[in-house]
Amino acid sequence: MTYLKPLFRHPRLPKNKLGYTLKEYEGGISTLCAGCGHDSISATIVQACFELAIEPHLVAKISGIGCSSKTPAYFLGNSHGFNSVHGRMPSVATGANMANKNMVYFGVSGDGDTASIGMGQFVHAIRRNLNMVYIVMNNGCYGLTKGQDSATADVGSASKSGHINPFQPVDLASLAVDLGATFVAQSFSGDKQQLVPLIKAAIQHQGLAFINVMSPCVTFNNNPGSTKSYDYVREHMHATGKTDFVPQEKSIQASYAEGTDTAVTLHDGSVMSLHKLAPDWDPEDRLSAVNAMQQARAKNEILTGLLYIHTGYGDLHKILNTTDTALNRLNEKSLCPGQKTLDTINAGLR
Amino acid sequence: MTISSSLPRPEARVNDFVARFANVNGTGSASANFLFAKAIFRMGIPVTPKNIFPSNIQGLPTWYEVRVSEKGYLGRREGIDLLVAVNAQSMKQDITSVREGGYLMYDSTKKLAPDLIRDDIHYLGVPMMELANEQFSNPRQRQLFKNIIYVGALAVLLQIEFSVLETLLKEQFAGKEKLIAPNLKALKLGMDYAREHFDYPLDFYLERRDLIGNKIMVDGNTACGLGAVYGGATVMAWYPITPSTSVAEAFEKYASKYRVDPITGKNQYAVVQAEDELAAMGMVIGANWNGARALTATSGPGVSLMNEFIGLAYFAEVPAVLIDVQRAGPSTGMPTRTQQSDITLAANASHGDSKHPLLFPSTPKECFEMTAECFDLADRLQTPIILMTDLDLGMNDHMSEPFQWEKDRKYDRGKVLNKEELDAMGRYGRYLDQEGDGIPYRTYPGTHPTKGAFTTRGTSRDEYAVYTEDSAAYKRNMDRLLVKWETAKSLVPKPQLYQETNQSDWGMLFFGTSAFSSEEARDLLAAREIPLDALRIKAFPFGKETEAFIHSHQLVFVIEQNRDGQMRSLLIQEMQHDPHRLVSILNYDGMPITADQIALKIADYLKQKNAVPHDLSETLI
Repeated sequence: MTYLKPLFRHPRLPKNKLGYTLKEYEGGISTLCAGCGHDSISATIVQACFELAIEPHLVAKISGIGCSSKTPAYFLGNSHGFNSVHGRMPSVATGANMANKNMVYFGVSGDGDTASIGMGQFVHAIRRNLNMVYIVMNNGCYGLTKGQDSATADVGSASKSGHINPFQPVDLASLAVDLGATFVAQSFSGDKQQLVPLIKAAIQHQGLAFINVMSPCVTFNNNPGSTKSYDYVREHMHATGKTDFVPQEKSIQASYAEGTDTAVTLHDGSVMSLHKLAPDWDPEDRLSAVNAMQQARAKNEILTGLLYIHTGYGDLHKILNTTDTALNRLNEKSLCPGQKTLDTINAGLR
Repeated sequence: MTISSSLPRPEARVNDFVARFANVNGTGSASANFLFAKAIFRMGIPVTPKNIFPSNIQGLPTWYEVRVSEKGYLGRREGIDLLVAVNAQSMKQDITSVREGGYLMYDSTKKLAPDLIRDDIHYLGVPMMELANEQFSNPRQRQLFKNIIYVGALAVLLQIEFSVLETLLKEQFAGKEKLIAPNLKALKLGMDYAREHFDYPLDFYLERRDLIGNKIMVDGNTACGLGAVYGGATVMAWYPITPSTSVAEAFEKYASKYRVDPITGKNQYAVVQAEDELAAMGMVIGANWNGARALTATSGPGVSLMNEFIGLAYFAEVPAVLIDVQRAGPSTGMPTRTQQSDITLAANASHGDSKHPLLFPSTPKECFEMTAECFDLADRLQTPIILMTDLDLGMNDHMSEPFQWEKDRKYDRGKVLNKEELDAMGRYGRYLDQEGDGIPYRTYPGTHPTKGAFTTRGTSRDEYAVYTEDSAAYKRNMDRLLVKWETAKSLVPKPQLYQETNQSDWGMLFFGTSAFSSEEARDLLAAREIPLDALRIKAFPFGKETEAFIHSHQLVFVIEQNRDGQMRSLLIQEMQHDPHRLVSILNYDGMPITADQIALKIADYLKQKNAVPHDLSETLI
């Protein structure tokens, strides 16, 4: 872990349109192992929020239990965080989101937290299309309890002690697409260039945006034979394409070569442009996304980048037809029907 | 068949009997039986109906028991005076349940088997199926009107006013007017048959009274759902489980009526049917953490699942409101039978040292008021508050004082800092005890751009919400939670004392749905020279009134509906009483406790201790 965090910042650090520098988006000192993939992801979240000029206090960070779930303390220090119980981040996030629709929700989880104990809640948050960014920091093992295999460990993958995992892995990204997630991406903690625009697009997406990030555990699962090690992931990564994110207010000037580029307009008018590397893949077509993932798996490739997006569905608030004012802002005047109504109700019970 | 004259006719009793209906689940008997009970209520006579139903949708036996009591006793009473037996499956058992000299009404379309004949009860045969088949052609109507026919026969035998029944049917079918005529026809079929074939009225019957006043008749779950709307809940997360499901349904029903923005047509509430009880509690905690009032409703198995989350809310100090509609446990137990057996589970839910305020309503009015109050308490104390109701109160209609809401009543949102207050202060500490009441200040997410943010966690932390494994900081926090517990004692509802000064060396202590039968048992015992002081607990933690009551009596009978005397255990745990001073009076067969059981058990105990001169059991029933 890093014990010291330098307080010095360059006086002319670039500012975003809110006048904030990156510093306003940083969090506390990480207590994770030096070189942990999770810390890189935290830094990416800081970068994405800074670039999008999101008010840090209008973000809520919610997590479960495990190494990954500790990270909300290490980014966005001006945001409220909730380090809840193991596997239950999605339900806490659902409640928080119901209370106030006008904030950005980051759900941070790990492979143990999501693919094992929290599988049920993961599934149902997706079904409801909760408006949140759901990041799994996936290292294939239980780091905090010293390296046991998790449910995302590939069959045949070797642990540090040489134990070979005999069980089939849970493929969270495929599962998310199958369950009807409206935004599914996969990335690598070591690929900031890819991850920053993905997170920015995920924030702007109205609905559940799931990002499965391979995030190697340097202490317990970075050994030869592991399919979640830095070397293995780097060697087997295969991007669907180069992703760029263009906020709403910037006009798109780049011209794209026909047949290789595609652009997806998000709810607020922002545009995500994709320089496609994978042929026959259409990010807005679920079948082709499933196909691309299955093909990559057959070739032992880790398909990264945006996998699938659907902008047509409403999020849970839209489904429930909730009022535009956040529910936590309503007071007695709009919440309490009063004695007169009660008189009518009483009369109906006589 | 006419009433046999060989049986002794007891003294005519007005407005005092128990009628039980034995039906097959799913045959439409519920609305006919409710019509019977509601008509008595409309005649100004106190009435208590209870549904005794199976965990089944169609086919198994179900009973509906109606107690009529001029004196206004609302608890269950032993001894069935009149049984309407229209279920062949349970007929044998039903017939044996009628008291000596009582009445059995049955469908005489088929002759009764000889083994079903008792010579100490009266038989009232009404050819219900035959009459229905003659007069109605639709098979479903035949089934439904069979039920209305027996209500008609009872109307004559017990003297229910026809105009009252007619009005109730018209109200029930408002908007479906064409159903009124056939219902009235069926009613009259039964009435005519009874007039022609029986002596009427029976030796117990009804007479109009004015004993109801402005009371209402409603079930506790509906009252809880309505209380949550009035209490300002905006988020309801729940998972279906008997007997709590109708709390969520009532909340949604009333919210969809009274909580829709008239201009935009959008909902000022959100209801989420969760994937399980864990998720339901997680949503409640998430919503409360983010400044909305949120609740969930469940029963024992759900509370078991929620334990981890309840502990989180206790330790992280997040408000939460949980309604536990108790049923007979353990495990799946008897899902459609009542008990008060989640007391210790709820009081100490979760691992580690933790305890939670509990509220115990006895009536629908209290269900309404206490549900609303739970939100104020949860916000004020920043902790989970559990409303302990049960199947009997939750799912049965009860006569109750009407619902009331104080004009201009404001919600108590507790200690929450806004932006200006944060600006005006130095370093914010989420878990700093500023006033010595153990309650620190919260901030809602999104309040201030640079101040007041912190990480809520179930791990130990210092006063500034910073993670720590420092023993002293951990202990300071645990001790502050105890200070908060003391504060809770002054905020939760006070117990009800039934006497200003003690009248006896003996006391009785009860809560929730045990109250009706306990009050009646107290009268039964007083009439036999056994006076008892009484106290009804309305909340945990117990206050000084409860402590004083126990200390000032040699013996206190603790009346509850569970096997292990859970409330008694809690009293001993919290107040270090001499356990010998507290005597358990229990019923845990899944049926609501009766006054007779309580009175007999207390009389037996006192007799064994030679505290009363003679055996009173014979005179009690």
